[in-house]
Amino acid sequence: MKELFHLEPARSSLLNRLWELQHQHGFISDHDITQIAAELQISSVEVEGVVSFYHFFHRQPSGKYTIYLDDSIIAGYKGYHRILEAFERETGTTLGSVDRTGTFGLFRTPCIGLSDQSPAALINFRPFTQLNVIKVKDIIQQLRSGADIDQLYQLPPSNVCNTPYSAMNIFFRSYTPGSAVRELAKCQPDDVIRFLRETNLSGRGGAFYPTWKKWEACRSYQADHKFIVCNADEGEPGTFKDRVLLQDLPGLLIEGMIISAFAVGAQYGIIYLRGEYGWLQDQIQKTIDDFNELGLLGSNISGIKGFNFQVRIQLGAGAYVCGEETAMLESMEGHRDEPRTKWFYPVEKGYLQYPTIVNNVETLCAAARIVELGVAEYNKAGLPGSPGTKLISVSGDCNKPGVYELPWGITVAELLELCNAVDPNFIQVSGPSGECISISEKFRRISMLDLLGKPDLRCGGSFMIFNKDREIIDILLNFASFFKQESCGICTPCRSGNFIIERKLEKLKNKLARQVDIDDIVNWGHIIRSTSRCGLGKTSCNSLVMAMQKFGGYFDTLIDKKENGQIAGFNMDEALADYEQYKS
Amino acid sequence: MGEMVNIKIDGKSFTVPEGQNLVAAAKNNGIFIPSLCYFEHIDPPLGTCRTCTCKTDGKFQPACTMEVYDGLTVEVNTPELLDMRKSLVEMMFSEGNHFCPSCEKSGNCDLQHMAYELGIRVTRFEHLFKDRLIDYRPERIIMEHNRCIKCKRCVEDVLTDDGKKVFTYQGRGNETFVGIDYQEEKKLTEEQAIAAMELCPTGAIIVRGVSMAQPFGEREFDIHSEQKNFSRRFPKSNKPAGMEKKVLATASLAGCFGCHMSMLDIDTELLDLVELITFNKSPLTDIKKFTGRCHIGLIEGGCCNAENIETLKEFRNMCDILVSVGECAVWGGLPAMRNTIPLSECLEEAYLNCATSEQGANLVPYHEDLPKLLDKIYPCHEIVKIDHFIPGCPPSASHIWKSVKHLLWGEEYSILYSEFKYD
Ligand SMILES: Cc1cc2nc3c(=O)[nH]c(=O)nc-3n(C[C@H](O)[C@H](O)[C@H](O)COP(=O)(O)O)c2cc1C
Ligand code: SF4
Ligand code: SF4
Ligand code: SF4
Ligand code: FES
Repeated sequence: MKELFHLEPARSSLLNRLWELQHQHGFISDHDITQIAAELQISSVEVEGVVSFYHFFHRQPSGKYTIYLDDSIIAGYKGYHRILEAFERETGTTLGSVDRTGTFGLFRTPCIGLSDQSPAALINFRPFTQLNVIKVKDIIQQLRSGADIDQLYQLPPSNVCNTPYSAMNIFFRSYTPGSAVRELAKCQPDDVIRFLRETNLSGRGGAFYPTWKKWEACRSYQADHKFIVCNADEGEPGTFKDRVLLQDLPGLLIEGMIISAFAVGAQYGIIYLRGEYGWLQDQIQKTIDDFNELGLLGSNISGIKGFNFQVRIQLGAGAYVCGEETAMLESMEGHRDEPRTKWFYPVEKGYLQYPTIVNNVETLCAAARIVELGVAEYNKAGLPGSPGTKLISVSGDCNKPGVYELPWGITVAELLELCNAVDPNFIQVSGPSGECISISEKFRRISMLDLLGKPDLRCGGSFMIFNKDREIIDILLNFASFFKQESCGICTPCRSGNFIIERKLEKLKNKLARQVDIDDIVNWGHIIRSTSRCGLGKTSCNSLVMAMQKFGGYFDTLIDKKENGQIAGFNMDEALADYEQYKS
Repeated sequence: MGEMVNIKIDGKSFTVPEGQNLVAAAKNNGIFIPSLCYFEHIDPPLGTCRTCTCKTDGKFQPACTMEVYDGLTVEVNTPELLDMRKSLVEMMFSEGNHFCPSCEKSGNCDLQHMAYELGIRVTRFEHLFKDRLIDYRPERIIMEHNRCIKCKRCVEDVLTDDGKKVFTYQGRGNETFVGIDYQEEKKLTEEQAIAAMELCPTGAIIVRGVSMAQPFGEREFDIHSEQKNFSRRFPKSNKPAGMEKKVLATASLAGCFGCHMSMLDIDTELLDLVELITFNKSPLTDIKKFTGRCHIGLIEGGCCNAENIETLKEFRNMCDILVSVGECAVWGGLPAMRNTIPLSECLEEAYLNCATSEQGANLVPYHEDLPKLLDKIYPCHEIVKIDHFIPGCPPSASHIWKSVKHLLWGEEYSILYSEFKYD
């Protein structure tokens, strides 16, 4: 574990401390908590509050081998239940518990960023993908007989699907360390910001906020220190493009951070890596070390006098809301990751109240490529007004799941064709917090031009394809449960509203609902969206409300459409079947 | 601050100091923006409850995290915003367990006050039945988690003399609760503990021994109701001329007839009752068949067999308003104990394997004249649309009667502490 920067207070090491204990003992004991509290001179309950926020920290032993099974909807359709059963049988545990000997602990976790290789699980935070019942049996038997876990898994393939457009690739082209950073010697910080403006680079974490505006704002604040934070939390289910960048091009990412530091005048960089990607940590750390050796990090970088910048990794511990930038800052400061109010933006008062840039992995990589290739070259790909390419994680009912690099402007139909989708019907774009589209919208273009009022589809980075046999209500219910569990719990509409919505959907699934329930969902979705504090609550009901509108015919089959007061879910024949067997 | 700026609230112009908090700015000018978590001296504001949501320059924003600036346009009391606020407070009620009649804070509670202010009678949301505790471990206080609305005031503002937090949230999502540091809590002085209780906008933080002057059941509103003569609202002598008699039907499905007994418990007032309503199908009158449409149907019991289902559906067809009366109708009640056991096991235990049955000669009864058993007990609302629910086992006579009167004639009602039969 890399040391903190000298200006970071001890409390910022809380997450690292907790990870150490979790790894050492498999749980964090009362004694540990009291001790940490004493060291940090805070009350124990504050430490407990942090521990209990993250689902990778346990207060009871979690087994010598801790298994986290991905319970995303994609995994659900790829055999999650069979795999779960196999794990339970082989390990002698039930979900959410540890077996009697304390060897195996079995837990579920939302999407672990391996939807292209689903069903997947993490065992002691190592990835095991493409699981099947035989594989599970084999893994558990080997572990039981003392095999070294590191011999049992391979790093998952990055699954970059080449596209016919590879001539125009921006990200997945050959990469030489330092080629972007060396360009900095020729320009001024303002030039970098101008490049970003001329390429319309906007936030690839999903919010599409113009990157140049963010950097310029941060640059304008005077402060002793500034921070660049790379958001590598990629918690949005079905999204795994950042995983592939981190795996294949960690150097490009770090160059993006260096460029950002150059532009805004920052000295420190932190990569906030989601706990689920812990297996990538060593490799990224090695790249950082190499960069230090190459003089690409450290002092007077690339020969630029006075340009000093260092990078460290911070490992998250399992909480989707950490991806929200202000929650991430709280998390790094050793607090519960509750998003801040928008009283200040991070560019003004961010990490430790210093001006801070938070950017997504892909945004930073794109920035590096822009500086390396030049504006003109970058703008060749894509559409006027929406230049460049986009990485899209494709998963679900298609034959070629993986990461696609696509020029902006491609249509949904073309993408479905490329990935060999099978009978697509319902497509979830940009993850559960994004939007859903029906196959009838397949001629929509994927681009950022929707901001200009075009009917285009902005895609944050994922495409989950569901065929026509998939029950839409199951998909929506999975999303609703996800939001319910991942809400930070601090504001009323999101904490309570998402719970209420989940209940309603259960009612709908069980066919106990009526038209008023559907109307309620739409109305309440609007309330939750309008009153929530952060992006989680503001987006959690988006797809749901859209689905109600776009798939009205489907939902009609779930309710008492005739309004004659009969509940659709009750089936007399089924209810009597048990008794009918006594008919002599 | 210092400069004065012009802002508009609901169309009216005001001049206020620049940078002032919007909630305060509005208040100073006589406009009330509801707020539950806002506390002037906590900076930055907490922004957790969201009840202060307004539209500022066309965007939904909580007013308490807004500083006013020149030209700001605010909408506070549009129907949409009023409804949103109401729904947020309703969410707090459906998530917690707010039983005001037995709450120490009642009458002095921001949440309760807000609910009255917004005109909340019932919540539009189903109750969520969160399993929450009452924590008696702290020395000075009792934490009634059922009432906490997670406003975060106590977390930010209750500190010991050496600056350590006494309260911090634990868990996340809908499992979030206020954790207490028992060691630090001990160090609070009596005054500090009382300050914590007063700072809490609800009755979640209760200081031992100082919270209530009058025990439950002896307080003013436990004993007296505005409706002293509730059942004599339409005495025989001055019954409004031409008042239509309402038609009522009742049924007992898989219930014990206890709810029907409770209906009869209104005693002599039954005599008044017949002036106001007539019975149609009902075991009380032994009318077996519907002869016409009814205004209201009262259902006791859930559905355990095919005949229950048929009866219930018939009631739905014949009654304008259908009410589930009592726990069995509402969620299955006692008969639903068999829902955890397969039907075959129940029947075989009862007819084949039981100690009193004759060896070999046993049969599970099955005959076309016998009602067929369902695989489990169904609450009424899983079979047909139910308009209202009266919980209780059985609900007290006056509770049923007040509810029915309310449904039929729109009469306002309140239920006394002594009339609850929920526990
Ligand atoms: C609940 C929630 C989760 C988020 N998760 C992520 C994430 O996993 N990765 C990410 O890059 N941005 C995520 N974001 C967006 C970030 O808050 C922020 O906008 C982004 O990191 C900014 O970088 P960008 O401008 O480069 O996109 C999330 C936002 C919300 C509200
Ligand atoms: S919207 Fe949800 S995640 Fe965001 S602050 Fe509110 S409770 Fe937390
Ligand atoms: S906290 Fe307030 S609203 Fe809740 S039960 Fe007590 S008085 Fe009623
Ligand atoms: S205990 Fe009271 S003050 Fe604390 S969060 Fe709950 S409602 Fe607010
Ligand atoms: S008063 Fe504004 S959010 Fe609570």
